[in-house]
Amino acid sequence: MSNRVIKILVPAISIILGLLVGAVVMLFSGYDPVAGYIALWNGIFGDSYAIGETIRQISPYILAGLAVAFAFRTGLFNIGVEGQLMVGWFASAYVGAAFELPMYIHLPFALLAAAVAGALWGLVPGILKATLRVHEVIVTIMMNYVALHVVNALIKTVSGGSYKTDKIQPTASLRSEFLSNLTDYSTLHYGIFVALGMVIVMWFILEKTKTGFELKSVGFNENASQYAGMNVKKNIILSMVISGAFAGLGGAMEGLGTFGSMTNQGGFTGIGFDGIAVALLGANAPLGIIFGASLFGSLKYGANNMPNAAGIPLEIVSIVIALIIFFVACGYIIRVGLQRLNKKKEAK
Amino acid sequence: MSKRKYGLALSLVLAAGTLLGACGTDKDKKDSSTSTGGNETDFSLAMVTDVGGVDDKSFNQSAWEGIKKFGEDNGLSEGDGYAYLQSTGEADYTPNLNALTRRDFDLVFGVGYMMEEAIGTIAGQQKDTNYAIIDGVVDQPNVASILFKEQEGAFLAGVAAALMTKSDKIGFVGGMEIEVIERFEAGFVAGVAAVNPNIKVDVKYTGAFDKAELGKAEAARMYSSGVDIIFHAAGGTGNGVFTEAKERKAADKDSYVWVIGVDSDQYAEGQVGDDNITLTSMLKRVDVAVQDIAEQAKEGNFPGGETKVYGLEDDGVTLADSRGAIPQDVLDQVEEYKQKIAAGEIEVPEFAQ
Repeated sequence: MSNRVIKILVPAISIILGLLVGAVVMLFSGYDPVAGYIALWNGIFGDSYAIGETIRQISPYILAGLAVAFAFRTGLFNIGVEGQLMVGWFASAYVGAAFELPMYIHLPFALLAAAVAGALWGLVPGILKATLRVHEVIVTIMMNYVALHVVNALIKTVSGGSYKTDKIQPTASLRSEFLSNLTDYSTLHYGIFVALGMVIVMWFILEKTKTGFELKSVGFNENASQYAGMNVKKNIILSMVISGAFAGLGGAMEGLGTFGSMTNQGGFTGIGFDGIAVALLGANAPLGIIFGASLFGSLKYGANNMPNAAGIPLEIVSIVIALIIFFVACGYIIRVGLQRLNKKKEAK
Repeated sequence: MSKRKYGLALSLVLAAGTLLGACGTDKDKKDSSTSTGGNETDFSLAMVTDVGGVDDKSFNQSAWEGIKKFGEDNGLSEGDGYAYLQSTGEADYTPNLNALTRRDFDLVFGVGYMMEEAIGTIAGQQKDTNYAIIDGVVDQPNVASILFKEQEGAFLAGVAAALMTKSDKIGFVGGMEIEVIERFEAGFVAGVAAVNPNIKVDVKYTGAFDKAELGKAEAARMYSSGVDIIFHAAGGTGNGVFTEAKERKAADKDSYVWVIGVDSDQYAEGQVGDDNITLTSMLKRVDVAVQDIAEQAKEGNFPGGETKVYGLEDDGVTLADSRGAIPQDVLDQVEEYKQKIAAGEIEVPEFAQ
């Protein structure tokens, strides 16, 4: 069995295993797994509306995944994607509503505002890590809470006491009549192109620039990089800033695309935390993140159809989806197993 | 040799997939044919919950009970005749409303103020379906808006609390700071002040309707600061208030802690062994309103484009049976205030000061 076959078999087997165990859970709780999985499939690919909504759900996941992965390549664990995403969301919604500009200035401006806000939120842990060696995990987690409550307070302030910001101007919106008609009134928006564009940006920075080489080098070995004459501090800060900017753009997907405003958040959106899983599933590589985000996004959106079409309660659905992701993440075990099997065969 | 084995395994998987797929499509077809058959003959209705979920022991649950009751009374079956979808976040509102519209329900309820915008958008797109929004106003010809005079019911709850408190400290735990919940607060504070203006009302918003842990933390702070009665208007978050009160009662049977429930009769939530910490509940009869609108829609008089307001006089809001927790003389005074409000002698403020 060649390496290529293993590469294809591992994800296939893990997904099938996940589906099987999920089916057992449904069976034991008294629901029809076949109907459930058909509902899941239809919820993702059933019609143009479902496909539109699925793609819409994937866009912020790609950006959140990129944010986590980018920092990871420099050896930093950015758990603050959630908070960076929230401030980006707010910044984009605010700029989108507060200014009146022609579209070709307004939309880039709003996206930029989101990226800058996210970058600033990443800058703080970056500086603390680089200068004082404060662990970025602690700082970013705490920054999430700061973001949550600061954003809620800001929403209240700018909207004059309301629970949500004003609707953004149409000139700042990522939504379009065309996409909406194409997908039967779904909330699909152009954000997916922004997300895919950023995948290319990440690949370009990491693989094609000197800065990218330095960032990766710091990730591999800080001391060696320093010895080679690289500015480790600068690279740590830069990595967190770029990571934060990706996350901020992820927030703009919600602010300028899906919702067109920001509502008072009772808790975290979860997108940033799922971004960690997306990045790890995608092996921190740009292309892998697209697959990881697609898996997360489709399961997350498609799962909504399971209560609708198959009558399975949301709680069971959450367990099933978690199991599928769990098995996909366990791909390593399956790979080792397959290789063992292979070796035994060869020995014979 | 090994290649052949893997080939076999792969083809097995493929075959299984095709087989499973085949049963699937078959069943799918059957499903859709029965559902369209059911809908042609009968009126059907459905609802989308907000984030509190259908078992929030409060607002969403009350709406669902109304729909269930209507469905059972009219011989509808769950799934085809009446159904609900649960939202786990703001992003689910539009897809859920769309999903129910696609299943050809005649009337779709959006439960909660937060769904105002989603209903407004979809009603403009799907003009053949009727919608109703609870606690919000949407100005579209195929949307009926349902509002309640929460302040009137909350006023009575405030009167009861003010007469029952021993520490002269009363708490109010709200969900999100939105107009609807502010009506609860305004009425409650006014009710307390009407009895005794010196009583301190500790007003706190948790910012969420689905975070019981926040409700519990807030209740813990209030009870520790000497508050003895808490009125919650926080949906699922309020379940945390009950948990805290129950824990205190369980630890010390003589402790004087009460919760006033909201929306549904929350008596069952307050049971601790033989005691119960539910003083009463301010009923917001979402179920009555839902059945009322459904009845009208079924007869072809759907009040599209209109706003219906349910208050004390049409039993839209009222206090639940306290089951002995409130003595008769207090109940008499509450009744007195109720008459005064109905007669227009007392004007209950709608906005929090």
